[in-house]
Amino acid sequence: MSDEREPRRREADDVEPLAEAPSKEVREAQEERLRATWKTPEGWRYWSAVNNSEVGLWYTSLCLIFLFFGGVLALVMRIQLAQPGSDFVTADQFDQLFTMHGSVMMFLFAVPVFEAFSIMVLPEMLGARDLPFPRLSAFGFWCFAIGGVFFCGSIFFDMGPRGGWFMYPPLTTDYLGGYGPDIWLLGLSFIEVASIAAAVELLVGILKTRPPGMRINLIPLYAWYILVVAVMILFAFPPLIAGDVLLEMERLLDWPFFDPARGGDPLLWQHLFWIFGHPEVYIVFLPSVALVAIMVPTFAKTPMVGYSWVVLAALGTGFLSFGLWVHHMFTTGLPGISLGIFSAASESIAVPTGVQIFCFIATLMVGKKAELRVPLLFVLGGFSTFVIGGLTGVMVALVPFDMQAHDTYFVVGHLHSVLIGGTIFPIVGAVYYFFPLVGGKQLSEKLGRLAFWLMFIGFNITFVPMHLTGLLGMPRRVFTYPEELGLGTLNLVSTVGSFVLASGFLVFAIDVLRRKKNQPYSERNPWGAGTIEWSAPMPDEAWGIRSIPEIDSRYPLWDQPNFVRDIDEGRFYLPDAEEELRETLVTSPIDAKPVQCLRVAGPTFKTHLAALGVGGVFIFTTFHWYWPALASGVFGLVMILNWLWTGTAPIPEKKEKHVGLGLTLPLYVSGPGAVGWWAMMITMLADLVAFMALVFGYFFYWTANDTWPPTDAEDLGLLWPLGGLGLGLLAWTATAMARRFNRADRPGLFYPALALGALAALASGVVLLWAPWRVGMDPTRHAYPAMVWLLLIWCAIHLAVGVIMQGYCFARRAAKRMDAEHDADIVNVTLYWHFVALTLLVTVAAVAGFPKVS
Amino acid sequence: MRNRALTIAPLLFAGCEGVQSALAPAGRDAERIANLFWAMVVGGGVVWLIVMAVAVYGARAKHEHSEKLAGRFILWGGVVFPTVTITALLIGGLALLPPTLDLGPDEPRLAVVGEQFWWRARYRQGDQWVEVANELHLPTGRRTAMTLESPDVIHAFWVPSLGGKVDTIPGRTNHIAYEPTRAGTYRGACTEYCGQAHALMAFHVVAEEPAAFETWLAHQAEPATEPTDAEATRGAALFLEHGCGACHAVRGTEAAGVIGPDLTHVGSRAHLGGVLPNDTASLVRFIREPEAIKPDVRMPAFTTLSDAETAAIAHYLEGLR
Repeated sequence: MSDEREPRRREADDVEPLAEAPSKEVREAQEERLRATWKTPEGWRYWSAVNNSEVGLWYTSLCLIFLFFGGVLALVMRIQLAQPGSDFVTADQFDQLFTMHGSVMMFLFAVPVFEAFSIMVLPEMLGARDLPFPRLSAFGFWCFAIGGVFFCGSIFFDMGPRGGWFMYPPLTTDYLGGYGPDIWLLGLSFIEVASIAAAVELLVGILKTRPPGMRINLIPLYAWYILVVAVMILFAFPPLIAGDVLLEMERLLDWPFFDPARGGDPLLWQHLFWIFGHPEVYIVFLPSVALVAIMVPTFAKTPMVGYSWVVLAALGTGFLSFGLWVHHMFTTGLPGISLGIFSAASESIAVPTGVQIFCFIATLMVGKKAELRVPLLFVLGGFSTFVIGGLTGVMVALVPFDMQAHDTYFVVGHLHSVLIGGTIFPIVGAVYYFFPLVGGKQLSEKLGRLAFWLMFIGFNITFVPMHLTGLLGMPRRVFTYPEELGLGTLNLVSTVGSFVLASGFLVFAIDVLRRKKNQPYSERNPWGAGTIEWSAPMPDEAWGIRSIPEIDSRYPLWDQPNFVRDIDEGRFYLPDAEEELRETLVTSPIDAKPVQCLRVAGPTFKTHLAALGVGGVFIFTTFHWYWPALASGVFGLVMILNWLWTGTAPIPEKKEKHVGLGLTLPLYVSGPGAVGWWAMMITMLADLVAFMALVFGYFFYWTANDTWPPTDAEDLGLLWPLGGLGLGLLAWTATAMARRFNRADRPGLFYPALALGALAALASGVVLLWAPWRVGMDPTRHAYPAMVWLLLIWCAIHLAVGVIMQGYCFARRAAKRMDAEHDADIVNVTLYWHFVALTLLVTVAAVAGFPKVS
Repeated sequence: MRNRALTIAPLLFAGCEGVQSALAPAGRDAERIANLFWAMVVGGGVVWLIVMAVAVYGARAKHEHSEKLAGRFILWGGVVFPTVTITALLIGGLALLPPTLDLGPDEPRLAVVGEQFWWRARYRQGDQWVEVANELHLPTGRRTAMTLESPDVIHAFWVPSLGGKVDTIPGRTNHIAYEPTRAGTYRGACTEYCGQAHALMAFHVVAEEPAAFETWLAHQAEPATEPTDAEATRGAALFLEHGCGACHAVRGTEAAGVIGPDLTHVGSRAHLGGVLPNDTASLVRFIREPEAIKPDVRMPAFTTLSDAETAAIAHYLEGLR
């Protein structure tokens, strides 16, 4: 197919692959070394693998298992609702069912599945051997597995959370006993941490491990979407984690953040939840649009029409999605002007969404007649369903109509159209599309068609009637309804439909799981696609890609002549693993110029133990077993330190290395060129967002209370808070100086500076906590002292982590694992401290400065 | 085939005439919103048909189209069309907002309080507040504004036949106004999940001519009627003896509780607890096993009472018309 097309115009400085392949003997020796280097462990050690293809596969499979679990919960609810006044389950069981269904589908399927899937395929799309931090992906996966099983398991012990997936206080603070809400808050916070870890991994992967030449305008659309979504996760999840902290503090310690009798406000939770919750919808939806964006050009056999339109629309959707959260709160009694603004903002999202849909349709029009294979069926079925969801979305975004439709089955119909049509159909289509990349075998076209029609018909029978059910008076989250409402027939139809839909998923599962031993391997690039991942042989090798190509086109398999041959014959970069170390290329974020040959870590069990330790903290805390929680936390911390100590930023045996095609790259980079620096930067941005969410809370109370701080609040004074701030800034300065002394190779100044920094940080933490203690602030008395305490504790925890990092750098240099030239550790730790300094400044300004001026 | 379609269609739409249907409006706001809905359904249906037709055509058409045409298609279909229609929709739709939220200059005469799992309502009658539970009356042809509050968790007050819903949130006072256009009894529901009996937190609104409404209110303002027969007298005594008055008020007697529904005129209501027909059997059940009617309800079960005692209390309450 490649010879039908004109190759893209080339830039002057483009690198060409080797004109002649290395000899067969050389190639075989290279392949032998690559194979040995990237070998997946065998036996029980298989589970120590950290490679993206293994972790991605486990991760995706587990997400699909959770999808089926969530689906079964839904079927039980549908049985209960099939007729009025049914007693198949009790009200209490029903409450657990819908809470679990929503939470599982959102937190254990929809968000993680795209991260999992991206961990699996993104490096292939980017022609990279692995993601930059394989062990971080593995850690994230094991956290997810532990947290997910713990969370789902609770329903079998009748301990499942009850408050709905939105957990509104005061129901969840004062009225629901037991451990349910704690399981939700702690279990899911743990999983959110894993989600953020994966987002960091994917962001750095897209920004820094693209193949040479893949400038920002050549990035596959899938990667563009994931870039947008990963950024959204960094801004959306931290407010929820902040909210979780507030809610859990109220449950465990009676700090009254949401208790109106003591200065709190239940609406603060709703704001924090929906600042997360609305972007969440697009976090779930955009990756599926990304899948459509990668499948449509393949079937139309033509490049995406309006590539820039699509990228801008994706960016626009991501941006707008942070300004719409109030449309989940249209009935909370907000003033008309706010309603109008948020109504208009919500409607405006239809424009970028329309652009994307029309770009896909335009591509189908420009292209040849497309074969209606299973993936395309799911794409078109997804369109049909999603457009219904989009149009009903336009309806509910209109405040007057929402006042009728809100919290009724109309919204259930709407959101499932968006999420099943927009998200799940493309995902199932993508499983059919990408399946050959996993095991080299195709799924069945016959079973696929059957699954599609069952799902498509079942979906419409289930959810289209619900729009009517809702307007005829059925609220959401009711375990039963009376016969007099005349809703029995519609509900019965929905129940029947839900089983048809479920049977479609069953057929899909059978197709995936059936034995394929006797089935021949798929041909290479079975769909005739144009993107790099389809250069993979069938079955694929564990090394990811034989040699890392130079890219000149968005569809190199179509446009670059002999592209696959050149990869196969090792005519591009890194065709060998001379030192038998796992290597991939790091490039610059915008124009993808090679900057480093990065060595990534191999199999280990340390990440599993670290995940167990961290998981223990959350799980033991749920049941108020504080000592085991502490012990588990210490264990987790030790494992993480051990993992970092042995696995990150090792000093290489040589400075640089020839990576092929006449290019020599350094093996060690620190600062903004390095992947580790970006990971720290991005993680701390997320941390800062969580902190800003707490500060938002502080000022939200100011608007919600008549007086804030309350007139009878204790005054912290200025001396102690400012003293604490001064010590903190001293610690920050000392750390920054230590970095300079290290680079200047002056250990005589480096060690004292770092020690001073640590002492100042400890003193700062003590002084900041002493300030409210001194005046006897009681955090259970009112939301104000609770908020002051919380912000100061947040600072103290950050200072303590900073001290551990300082100690780590101290030890690294002493152990000769860090020196003047190889200083990534102290550079990244200094970056952390910049954020700590900012956090301290804002906190002291809020808790000590604001009361003086308000 | 055609016959079958004809028999199913009315079944699907039968509920439109229901007592809790946004599509069978009996109030000014509900009417406007229902009209808006049908307009949007028609418009949305047309858009859906066009988009799907173009998508299928694009995928299956034999000949290829030029990129220039495709670019225009994206510009007009993806940008211009949604921008124009949505602007128009916003202008038309948000114009419906003021009547929904406009409360007029006066302090509302009606205060509604959502509680786990029932509705308290207080009417201002002169300088006195008259309390009722689970059954509100509203005059037709007039706009009645209400305040909405909650002492425990968040609920939402919704009478779809009359208009939209607004949440009752602890620590806040919200507002809503309804203007019934048609006399009748309409069912309302709590729409914000509020605990186990959320599905059963129903109530009724009786819309009636203003004169009838004033008569009703005047009657509700009066103290309870004296028991007229021996069994009712015995029931009244048992009611006080067993501490029912700690939670319930029966104005004109010693029972002055404020935790549960006011029972001064409980016999005048058509429903009990919003979910049962108001008769002796229901009253007996409510005294015996409130948990079976509304799970997690705060009222304890009075299982120590004998059948005769329970029946006497039920009889007494039924007589409180």
